[in-house]
Amino acid sequence: MPKAAAIALLPPEFRRWFKSRGWEPREHQLQLLAKARGGHSVLLVAPTGAGKTLAGFLPSLVELAGPSPSPLRGGAGVAKSERKDKSARDVISTAISSENGSPGRSTPNPALPARGRERRRTLHTLYISPLKALATDIARNLETPVREMDLPVRIETRTGDTPSHKRARQIEKPPDILLTTPEQLALLLAHREAGELFKDLRRVVLDELHSLVTSKRGDLLSLDLARLFKIAPYLTSVGLSATVREPDDLRRYLVPQRAGEGGERALADLVVVQGGAEPDIRMLELDEPLPLAGHTASQSMPAIYDLIRRHKTTLVFVNTRLQAEYTFQELWKLNDDGLAIALHHGSLDVSQRRRVEEAMTAGKLKAVVCTATLDLGIDWGDVDLVVNVGAPKGASRIMQRIGRSNHRMDEPSQAYLVPGNRFEILECRAALDAVHEAAQDTPDARIGALDVLCQHILGMACAEPFRLEDLYKEIRSAAPYAALMWEDFEAAVAFVATGGYALRAYERFAKIVKGKDGLWRVRDARIAQQYRLNVGTIVEATMIKVRLGRTSRARPGTVLPRGRSLGEIEEYFAETLTPGDTFLFAGEVLRFEGIVEDEVLVTRATAGTDPKIPSYEGGKFPLSTFLAARVRAILADPFEWDRLPAQMTEWLLQQRRRSVLPGPNDLLVETFPRAGRFYMTCFPFEGRLAHQTLGMLLTRRLERARLKPLGFVANDYGLAVWGGGDIAARVGREPGFLDDLYAEDMLGDDLEDWLAESTMMKRTFRQCAVIAGLIERRFPGQQKTGRQVTISTDLVYDVLRKHEPDHVLLRAARADAATGLLDVKRLGMLLQRIRGRIIHKPLDRVSPLSVSVMLEIGRERVYSDDADEILAEAEAALLDEALA
Amino acid sequence: MTALPIIRHTGSEIGLHGRAAILDLTGAMYLPEDGVLLVADLHFEKGSSFAVRGMMLPPYDTRETLKALTRAVARFNPRAVIALGDSFHDIGGPERLGDEERATLARVQHGRDWIWVTGNHDHTLPDSIGGEVVEEMMLGPFTLRHEPRGGADAEIAGHLHPVGKVVMRGRATRRRCFVTDGARCIMPALGAYAGGLNVCDTAFQPVFPNGFTAHLIGTERIFAIARAMLCGD
Repeated sequence: MPKAAAIALLPPEFRRWFKSRGWEPREHQLQLLAKARGGHSVLLVAPTGAGKTLAGFLPSLVELAGPSPSPLRGGAGVAKSERKDKSARDVISTAISSENGSPGRSTPNPALPARGRERRRTLHTLYISPLKALATDIARNLETPVREMDLPVRIETRTGDTPSHKRARQIEKPPDILLTTPEQLALLLAHREAGELFKDLRRVVLDELHSLVTSKRGDLLSLDLARLFKIAPYLTSVGLSATVREPDDLRRYLVPQRAGEGGERALADLVVVQGGAEPDIRMLELDEPLPLAGHTASQSMPAIYDLIRRHKTTLVFVNTRLQAEYTFQELWKLNDDGLAIALHHGSLDVSQRRRVEEAMTAGKLKAVVCTATLDLGIDWGDVDLVVNVGAPKGASRIMQRIGRSNHRMDEPSQAYLVPGNRFEILECRAALDAVHEAAQDTPDARIGALDVLCQHILGMACAEPFRLEDLYKEIRSAAPYAALMWEDFEAAVAFVATGGYALRAYERFAKIVKGKDGLWRVRDARIAQQYRLNVGTIVEATMIKVRLGRTSRARPGTVLPRGRSLGEIEEYFAETLTPGDTFLFAGEVLRFEGIVEDEVLVTRATAGTDPKIPSYEGGKFPLSTFLAARVRAILADPFEWDRLPAQMTEWLLQQRRRSVLPGPNDLLVETFPRAGRFYMTCFPFEGRLAHQTLGMLLTRRLERARLKPLGFVANDYGLAVWGGGDIAARVGREPGFLDDLYAEDMLGDDLEDWLAESTMMKRTFRQCAVIAGLIERRFPGQQKTGRQVTISTDLVYDVLRKHEPDHVLLRAARADAATGLLDVKRLGMLLQRIRGRIIHKPLDRVSPLSVSVMLEIGRERVYSDDADEILAEAEAALLDEALA
Repeated sequence: MTALPIIRHTGSEIGLHGRAAILDLTGAMYLPEDGVLLVADLHFEKGSSFAVRGMMLPPYDTRETLKALTRAVARFNPRAVIALGDSFHDIGGPERLGDEERATLARVQHGRDWIWVTGNHDHTLPDSIGGEVVEEMMLGPFTLRHEPRGGADAEIAGHLHPVGKVVMRGRATRRRCFVTDGARCIMPALGAYAGGLNVCDTAFQPVFPNGFTAHLIGTERIFAIARAMLCGD
């Protein structure tokens, strides 16, 4: 469309407003306006700072402002002239015509309700953001044009914090634009008034879609979107996204899929805004050599401090909470200038986080050390430098982070990557190359999770009675569930009703029941209430509050829980602490005193205490497959080494002299004796989760081969296993031994056996059980009712596994394990890749590469799920005590 | 890591008030001098009790618990079995017991005395489940009751569902256990869905004012763990 014609779509008051701000409508903003006019759903892919949000809302604001300035309307004109392929509008019409059997839908399209100053108030636009804070932020930003143009538009937010009277009013008298989160939308759709509330909805705007679709929240949202499309005949969707590898995945997500028909997929339209100036990004290089292991980047702190000093505002991204704590601590040790450097991570007390956010927006901070909690698109004002400490882990991730600096598209973003060890230098190099080529490694589209499906089915029963076939069809119109089998759907319904067990013991307690009319409905209001309390897919690790204690004056040595709350830590982390342990939290070194009434009681450690960090959670995100392949390629090709710092070349040359450097698809396995034990190291570069699983399975197999494994450690690049048996000698006698050891069949029985015991698997199962509604969610602050009364999902897992290994919940948990905490899928890819490509190097001492993994011993946790081994050690301690 | 000494137990036999007691991996305890097998907190039909409230737990817990019970009975072939209370998760439990489970229970009971000590979850029990119902009883020097009272009695009780937690160099394991000071004993819960209360909880203090040893049920054997090695949750 020529620009003049596009501008014509903008009513005069909008044109005036743009002008008064000194702006000109951007092309993609006008494109979105045209798409909306044509009734198309659309995906807008744009870098940060492109005015994405305004583009998303502009069509709604224009429509709400009054009658349209030109005769363009409905599916006419624009669609014909502009599109050849099947438009999203057509898809929607198909969906509508297929509904013809159901009551109230057989009438021909009524005239669109009049919009404008004298219209009836109905909900026009729904905006969904992954973050509550983002919804609030956007609402504030939208108020500006609405006020300045004096538009008759009411904008409201609905989050967990919205008071109940306001929630009720929002359903009775909905605003024009409602900004909310996926969980709140699910709750609204489970409401009996949902059909009435959403029937005139015209647009749903999904912000940060690239981040939403990668998780179970995205699955839930897709199902809710399917329901919205069913309720609202004139609905179109707008997805706002950062650059992704497969935009078609998101385009499918945005529109109803036609289930069952051979592979033809409906796509939303696509508008892409090319990135502005190429980012100015480099690796922070130091003169002194980096260590072989560790992620703290301690040597680089003075250089980072210097960068902060020389820039206006810096965001220092780190990968984990503990790393955030450490970095913050180190920067303040150097902070002779008293720069305003703040700390922000998800575990800090909310009020403290808000203070940091406010100070940031007000431009009062020089730097913020933060974790992924600040990854998403909240506008933090004038950030002119992004520093990423530690491994980048993924190319797309790093680009999104870098996008946080310089919110003006035409200026290059400034960023530094700071490697913490030598392997991270390789990873940074690979990431820099990827950024330079604008290569993306966002994850594949998800297959909808079954536990989320179970939750949704109960929600839909709460909204209104349903026919099984209708709901199945609706669910399959959601892209993640497009391939859902009828059997799986039935299993999910059976689970919701009675647990879906072969032993049909619970028929009389069924939560949803099929009536004589063939419709399924929820049994009673109590079940609906239960649904409302359990909605959502975020099952945090159970958190426990950290409270500062005071030493009792009356009884010295006693600590009373009288101080303020500092935030929350994971329960499993707290469980590994013993009184006297020191750890970093909320920017301080704290001494663990004990757990008192569901709170971790701490005191401030004496000045100068070095924190003991018993559980160092390494990279929270595993190294992406894409970057891993690049790292292996750099390692294998000496010509590539020129582009690495000199210290790296020296190290790699040494490795080549003493052992070997593997080819890009080989697996190097080194064996060597050390201090009376035999070690085996290997370097798959597949991320720590896959390596942990590999380590667990290898130790099982070594045990069976009577090689007496004693433990292992894993990091993102490789793992080391040690034990009492000489693996090299075994390989000497049995040349095929390593091929057998690393054979793919370890993913069969060995994996199954291990899953029975695995704490990771039990944690995964627990999440599925909560999401699916098998057990009730525990809320923070809710009194622990004692373990006899609540039910431990570990026990349920044991029993279910024995009796119904193919139960829908176990299948859901296994699907999660494949990509989640156990990363079995990636391990499978690895084992396939290295078949026949294992290079064994028997050495008489540790090689330069292996040193890096060996250094993790004592730093990383030594993994074992073998309870007897732990107990034997504890029992022996009793014996030692007795003999002493 | 040094190689651990393998400690040979004389089975899992302990001395209790001067008598032998064998601790079984199922969580049962056998008193050979009396030919009596003790079990505690079976919590039959806990699963269905949750189902009534809309939480559809796998309905196989009673079977699992019966399986453990059957194993223990087969191992010791006791003259009598005494269940120390909370054998059913709620009053309606016996009613909901499935036919198959009812038959299994009858088979285990056959040919031996069977005594149900009542507990707080099952303060009354119907005749239909067989055996004798008592509030508490004496067995040699021991008072057998559901809820431990402490004091001077040599008692064997249940109710608290003891579990012990051990953390060794960042690795934690949490297991059901027998708790004893040599004179009295609190037994672990045998029920498949019976959770546990950490032995470091204050509830155990009045029962064992002079400390205790916890015998944690591992995968292949039972481990005697000193109080000092046990951690709170």
